[in-house]
Formats: sequence, C-alpha cells, structure tokens
Amino acid sequence: MRTLLLALLVLGAWPGAAKAPAPPRLLSQTGLYAASGVVAARNLAYAPQYPLWTDGAAKARWIHLPAAIDGRDEAGWVFPVGTKAWKEFAFGGRKVETRLLWKTGPGTWVFASYAWNEAQTDAILVPEGGLPDAAEVAPGLRHGIPSRTDCRDCHGQEQVEILGFTALQLSPDRDPGALHGEPLRPGMVTLKELVAQRLLRGTRADLLTRPPRIEGDPATRTALGYLQANCATCHRADRPIPGLGLDLRPAHALRTALAPGGFPVPGQLDSRILSPGHPERSALLHRMGSRDPIAQMPPLGTVRVDQAAVDHVRRWIADLPALPSH
Amino acid sequence: MTLLRALPCALLGFALAQSATPAQTKLIQRGAYYVQVAGCHDCHTPLKMGPKGPEPDMSRMLSGHPEGLKMPPAPKLTEAPWGWVGSLTMTAFSGPWGVSYAANLTPDKETGLGAWTEAQFLQMVRSARHLGQGRAILPPMPIQNLQAATEADLKAVFAYLHSIPAVKNKVPAPIAPAPTPIPMH
Repeated sequence: MRTLLLALLVLGAWPGAAKAPAPPRLLSQTGLYAASGVVAARNLAYAPQYPLWTDGAAKARWIHLPAAIDGRDEAGWVFPVGTKAWKEFAFGGRKVETRLLWKTGPGTWVFASYAWNEAQTDAILVPEGGLPDAAEVAPGLRHGIPSRTDCRDCHGQEQVEILGFTALQLSPDRDPGALHGEPLRPGMVTLKELVAQRLLRGTRADLLTRPPRIEGDPATRTALGYLQANCATCHRADRPIPGLGLDLRPAHALRTALAPGGFPVPGQLDSRILSPGHPERSALLHRMGSRDPIAQMPPLGTVRVDQAAVDHVRRWIADLPALPSH
Repeated sequence: MTLLRALPCALLGFALAQSATPAQTKLIQRGAYYVQVAGCHDCHTPLKMGPKGPEPDMSRMLSGHPEGLKMPPAPKLTEAPWGWVGSLTMTAFSGPWGVSYAANLTPDKETGLGAWTEAQFLQMVRSARHLGQGRAILPPMPIQNLQAATEADLKAVFAYLHSIPAVKNKVPAPIAPAPTPIPMH
C-alpha cells in the first residue's frame, strides 16, 4: 500500500499533488486563435449581464468547454478539466491584456495574463507579479495587470470560479438597466445555448422557463447586480472575511449591509455600511467613490471611480426607506 | 528591551503549549521564536512608561494599538527629510501613506485573529493585503520580511498567535492622507 501511495505521489496522481503546467509564453499558443486574429470556432463568446468595472475597458470574452459543466449547484458550477476562459481588455481601441483561466486538473487551475505587443499581433506572458504600468486609462492614471495572487483574490483559492460565466450572469432574462451592460452579439452564448448544446447538465428542470433574476424594483435589481459583479466576489458568507460579516450577493446584501454597527465614513459620526436614505453616511458608497489606496473598493483592478455606478447607487440608497431605529 | 519583550512571551507560549500535543507544542514554540526574532512585538505590543523608560506592556501582548488611546491629528512635518512620526506606544504611525495602527494579533474572535483560519493568514502574507483581500498592508509593517518566511514558519507563527491570551481590543481603521470626497454630481 505504501509503495502504491509513493508511486501515486511520484506520478502526481495523488489528489492535490498534481502540479499545474506552466502557461504558454504567448497568447497565440493558448488555443484562443485558429489563425492570427481569428478566434477558433470551438471557443464560445459570451458577455455577462453585469460586467465588472475595469476603468472603462472594452472587453471580449471566450470560453472553451471540452465537456459539459456540472450545473447541479447553481451557485457553484463545476467546470470540466480542460476548460479555458479568456478575457481581453482594450483601452482607447488598443488591446492591452488578455487573461486566461485554465482548469488543468480536478482541483488545479492555471492563471495567466498576457500583455499585448505594440504591433497588436500577439501578447506575451506577464510575470507572476503582474505588470504595474501597462496602459494609460485616463490622464495620469495607469492600468496595471494584476499579479496572479491578485487573480486568486477574486477568483478563489481552491474553489476557483469564472466570475462572468455563472447562471445569473448568463441568464437570458437580462437586466436592461445593468450598468455598462453589453448587448448580446450574434453567436454569444447564454444559458439557452449551453443547454441546447448539452454543455450544461444537472440543472433544475425549470432553469430556462424561470431563469435566474435578481428580485426587486428596477433600481434595486441594477444596484444589486452591480454589487454582485464588483463586490460580492470577495464579500460573501461562503468565503467570510474575518470580522466583517458582509455578504453582498443579491439575496443577502440588504440584510448584511443594513446590519447595525458603525463603519467609518470620514466626517460622518453616524455611519454604517449602508444607511438607507443617507448616501453620505454609507461606507459602501464612500468606498466605491474613493480611489485612495486605503479606502477604495474594489481594492484592486481599478484606478478610476465608476461614476455611473456611484450615481446610481447614491440614488438607490437615497430612495431606500429609512430604518425605524436609525 | 528585546530581552524584556522576548522572554515573557516565549515563556507564555511555552506554558500555553503544555496542554497541546507534543507536535503542536513544538510548532507553537517555533512560532514564539519567530515572533520574537522577527520583532513583531516592536509595534504590536504597546509600550508603556516604566521606571527605566518605555517598556512593553505585556498585559496587552500583541494586541496592537490600544482602543482607548485616541490619537489627535498627526503633526504636520514640513521640513524634509523628516517624513513620518509615531506614537509613544509605538503602535500608531503617520506618514505619506496616512495614519496606520498596529493590528491586534491575539486570538480574540471579534477584534483579533480568533476568527481567522490558517489559510487566511497565509493568504494575507502572500497577497500583502489587509484580511488577505483588501487594501495593501500599510507601512511601517515589514510584510516583505514575512513574505520571505517559509509556509511552515508562517504556520508556526499562526499557531503561536492562536495560543496566546486573547485581548479584546478594536484597533481603529487607518486614515487616508486626505479625505476623499464622494462625487455627488
């Protein structure tokens, strides 16, 4: 038995012992393209209904699914080994980076970022520590390509998620008010296409007749969708941040953000994470509206305030009915 | 001063380790040693004034900036190359990064590391981010030194920090260099 265990370890076959392969040096070697600039037909384009704010970057996304997703847990899809997801970021009409998530084993994922060359012909693997000065996104503000540690901060350590490729994000019942929402272009997949192409199995029977949708009036739906995409990847009860107790997933956001307890907003004596009727006392809005390194939220991946989101969330908080005890 | 700090905490760690398994005791002892030589006490255990001058207040061992010590606005330093100032407790600091406070490293569940898992502690060190996911850890915390430690050493440090007495002490949040107004247009 001991010999067998040793052999398994040596072969890397023991669960958890498998070492992920190194990512290719060039984006063109990752399987995204069939030819220069031509995305391979096997890679499916998609657009989440609630995009992550990245300083106004234009984004394009593709996924390769070698087999069906296990969709039994609607909030935690299990992707087949061999899944690859790419996300391309462009500023001012120029491609700056493309990120790759590649599932190489049952519990192993490769994270890689590629920086586009000057001629826009290919992109080169970025060092593990990232690239702090990749492009100018506004006068004096530079876009940095995150480190692989930063990638894992949002996508997860063990249970890795493709954040824009979830049941809610691909729901055909799309929020028309979603901030920075992108139109579905021909060929882009939603839940409908995934089911039709048998790339999603094990889901509830009424997934397509009752697709995921955030409950609430239009303003609430849009606000909670934005918080889901931009905040809830970290602020969620199933990955608790010690001492914070904040869960900004749509079903929990109002309950946990309205919980009593002070949360500092400079110049406001009476503040909390979300203070209905009082945007100026809401730490959530203060953090969204700050790009001071100490206060800003999200803490990485952005150097510009998302003004459209700040405006929407401010109006939404102002219109929320005040708490009786507040 | 180093001896004054090191001895009691090492002994305390050893004493607490008595109820643990031999392997765990060894781990905690090793962690106590690292905490000692890495100088964690220098900022995380407040100083108090003793007969021979400032000395670590071991009743507040590793509990960070005292909650009851409200710091007034930091003095402005206008003459370079003076660049930062610290409190007499050696737990509050002001510099170009803003105002930062030494964290509570005791296992208090609400205000210290009591609710942290070992994985979260490792993630905090690897990412150099507050709580492993938030803002960057601020000066003067030498997080880069901790990042040079092996995973085994960091696990020993975590085991030691979870073995010491919990101190309930809510350290204030850091303060940005200048208030950032909320865009309201």
